[in-house]
Amino acid sequence: MTLSPGEAEAMSLHEITVMVNGTVHTARVQARLTLVDFLREVLMLTGTHTGCEHGVCGACTVMLDGSSVRSCLVFAVQAAGSQVLTVEGLAPDPEGMSVLQDSFCELHGLQCGFCTPGMLIAAHDLLQHNLAPTEEDIREAIGGNLCRCTGYKQIVDAVALAAERLSRANAPKGSAGDAA
Amino acid sequence: MTADVRAGFRYIGQRRRPKEDRRFVTGSGRYAADVTLPGMLHVALVMSPHPAARIVAIDTAAALALPGVRAVVTGAELMQGTEPILSGLDLPSMKRYPLALGVVRYAGEWVAAIVAESRALAEDAAELVEVDYEPLPQVIDPEAAMQPDAPRVHGDLDGNVLYRRRFVWGPVAADFAAPAHKVAYRARWHRSATVPIETFGVVARWNPAQQLLDVWASVQMPKFPEHLARALRLPGSGICAHFDVDVGGSYGVKRGLKHAILVGYLARSLGVPVRLLEDRLDNMRGGDAHGPDRIFDVEMAFDDDGVVRALKIRAIDDVGAYAGRAALQLGKPITAIVGPYRIRSVAYEPISVCTNKTPEEAVRGFGQGPTNFALETGMDLIARQLGLDRVEVRRRNLIRTDEFPYTIPSGSSYDSGDYHAVLDKVLAAADWSTLVERRDAARAAGRLAGVGLCCCLEPSGGNASFEPLFNPQASNTTWMEGCQIKVDQTGSIVASIGTNSSGQGHETLVATVVGEVLERDPDTVRVVRADSLGALPSHSAVGSRMAIMLGGAAAGAARKLKQGLIAIGAHNLKVAAEACIYVDGAVALAADPAERLGWQQLIDIAHRHFHLLPPGTEPGLQASYVWEVPTGGALPGADGRVQMYPCYTFESHVVYAEIDRITGQTRLGGYFAGHDCGVMINPDIVHGMTYGGIAHGIGAALYERFHYDDDGQLLSGSFMDYLIPSAHEVPNIVIVDHCTPSPLTTFGQKGSGEAGYLGAPAAIASAVNDALAPLGLHIAVVPMTVAALGDLLATKDVQR
Repeated sequence: MTLSPGEAEAMSLHEITVMVNGTVHTARVQARLTLVDFLREVLMLTGTHTGCEHGVCGACTVMLDGSSVRSCLVFAVQAAGSQVLTVEGLAPDPEGMSVLQDSFCELHGLQCGFCTPGMLIAAHDLLQHNLAPTEEDIREAIGGNLCRCTGYKQIVDAVALAAERLSRANAPKGSAGDAA
Repeated sequence: MTADVRAGFRYIGQRRRPKEDRRFVTGSGRYAADVTLPGMLHVALVMSPHPAARIVAIDTAAALALPGVRAVVTGAELMQGTEPILSGLDLPSMKRYPLALGVVRYAGEWVAAIVAESRALAEDAAELVEVDYEPLPQVIDPEAAMQPDAPRVHGDLDGNVLYRRRFVWGPVAADFAAPAHKVAYRARWHRSATVPIETFGVVARWNPAQQLLDVWASVQMPKFPEHLARALRLPGSGICAHFDVDVGGSYGVKRGLKHAILVGYLARSLGVPVRLLEDRLDNMRGGDAHGPDRIFDVEMAFDDDGVVRALKIRAIDDVGAYAGRAALQLGKPITAIVGPYRIRSVAYEPISVCTNKTPEEAVRGFGQGPTNFALETGMDLIARQLGLDRVEVRRRNLIRTDEFPYTIPSGSSYDSGDYHAVLDKVLAAADWSTLVERRDAARAAGRLAGVGLCCCLEPSGGNASFEPLFNPQASNTTWMEGCQIKVDQTGSIVASIGTNSSGQGHETLVATVVGEVLERDPDTVRVVRADSLGALPSHSAVGSRMAIMLGGAAAGAARKLKQGLIAIGAHNLKVAAEACIYVDGAVALAADPAERLGWQQLIDIAHRHFHLLPPGTEPGLQASYVWEVPTGGALPGADGRVQMYPCYTFESHVVYAEIDRITGQTRLGGYFAGHDCGVMINPDIVHGMTYGGIAHGIGAALYERFHYDDDGQLLSGSFMDYLIPSAHEVPNIVIVDHCTPSPLTTFGQKGSGEAGYLGAPAAIASAVNDALAPLGLHIAVVPMTVAALGDLLATKDVQR
């Protein structure tokens, strides 16, 4: 079988170096390999999920250089030299959970858990720049992440709780937030 | 087992963090796609582009020549090594294999499977398979398919009608002859499904030395290992289904038997582990996971006061190209065929029809959602016809709380309820009169606004006694569930269950129940999933049954274990068991509670001190319990009357909606759901499923449809066109709880896994029709999409 020039290019191998959750990984990958497949199949970071592979459901959402992206729409080679944060990197230590993760547990912001990693990353992205989000802000932030179990209510509530906890933690000593 | 506990629960009903959540938020769930085995190969599928065609030839040479491709399998080979998949109906000549055999019957049907060293290579090779098709006439519309001259989906069947029976329960003819009023209408529930965000996935590994097939599947299916073994010509003990696979949502559809048969066959014939993961497009077209596609023709006979005397329903269900178990979805609603209403006579004519579409699978509620929508459409029409208030019509028809247990014409007894109380509660929470004022103000401002409501039932407890009505070969009268508990020498409690979960929180359920009975902190109870070789019987999480059945099984096992502890304690306190009490895991003298043996003392005796055990006692500390569905066990009578589901959860929704006159877009501006599922084991889990069910119902009501064109092509096979509600479409929902305990269950619990979904489409249709009423318009078709409403509004040439 002869490959067309386009097919040959898609299957060509490239060495990439990516920092994922603080660890540097170097690998040779096909040009056509998506970032989500790189994370799941090469690095075995299976916390990031694929739900549609056409950029709609948001289950594969990860942080790429500080912004949330759909890793099914990014090629691994495009992430070369970048920093990626996945759900496995959210917790401060392997035994712990981030405030956001803990809030999801506290208010049961999930059921089957499949959309959860993408939801957490979308919410993490929001909380990085907005610690006082309105309900509308939260719905906007997770509006590109489909969940079939929860009807979003407990997710929205969990993100709001995380925002409240984080803003309290950051409040100056002696402020109302500290007293609470 | 009767409900002997009503109040004063220690753990049941308390807000507690679900046990499962931590592994999911840390990304350490383990789904089928996360199972990777050394040397594992990957499958891609060749699917038919035609809805009906003869397969003339399949040329696999180019695909096989691609480096990395290990096998290409077609239907002809597969059928040599497997048995056909059983139909839910009595259709021995309808042969169904995972890969088409000679003929394709829907666009998306699997024709060949490629096995390669990577998924990408397999997909590359799939494009190289050349299939020569000779198109055949197709039939897409179910009513057209019923015509005698319609093209036959299965040439060796008499026609496309697979099942048809007319049940008559009570004096239907007399009731229709007598009353003052009648209403006749058609309600159309178009094809949609639960569409979990995880597609189906399965991994299989054959071990020739043990003659054992290990299977990791994203499955929610009763008796999955047994069905798989039969199809693969293996003994049941030749399959080890690993139930510790997390399932990324199911709500009924994750059956995947054909996927597992194919992968099991491939793993065995190739001698290497094989994985099949559907991609989204595979899933939507060829995953055989569409839901009910139903046409209801309904007549109601009622008095001047709006009280319904009699009901006739003809329900045509388009099962698609093959009748799996999903065809029985016309049967389950018989258990609540009159909804929550005192309707004394019913004629029900279910008709199952096949067409050249993707096969139907079980969907949340197993047919009850569409049936509830059809019934509630009638209640609103009666109100409209008589000029009565919709709430009042329902109040006059609802079964009263003093009438329970209440036996409906089709034979099922409703266990308990207080429907009027729940309706009143939700109306109060929603502030119905204020909603009506808001609607009227919106109308005065020129907008299309409506308030809707519904009163619906969720039969729960999952008893499949509809099977014998639809299939004379079926004689099942049990639908049991089991649980095993052991306490080890260190005093740790481990409960073992034999099924997958897909978000329902079964580990939390079992830990809570076991903790409640044994008076131990549920956080200390570990819940594990036995594989199918080690598990007690389970019928899996279908039919809204696990709170009842798994909860009951876990409680039964815990109680046996507790009796054992009391016996040990009594023997060592040298008194009769009746003289002892059980407190916080200790056994004490009732007369002098300071005289006691603590938890660890009792455990030590059970595990280490045989000489201190009562004579004849088994050492160690373990118990198992298998529970039959309460009220189950009977076959239907000749008239088709039978007791089906044991418990009946009630829900009443109130919703406010506005329709954009120009675009036809519906926006929901307030959603309230009154819900009575008896005693809630874990309120956050129940509420979560209810919110999610409503969101799913919003999808079915307004957005989701597997839309086929006249040529049999699926037009909505991706998430770009099959529209699942996002956080923007689902409003902030308010749930109003009510608790009428079931007298039939361990703690008074009822089922809630289908909550919300079973009422939302009916309530939203009520609101939309209220909004359309001033224009004299009515729609009884879901989904009420932008296009459907826009077209309807155009007929009135509303201010455009």
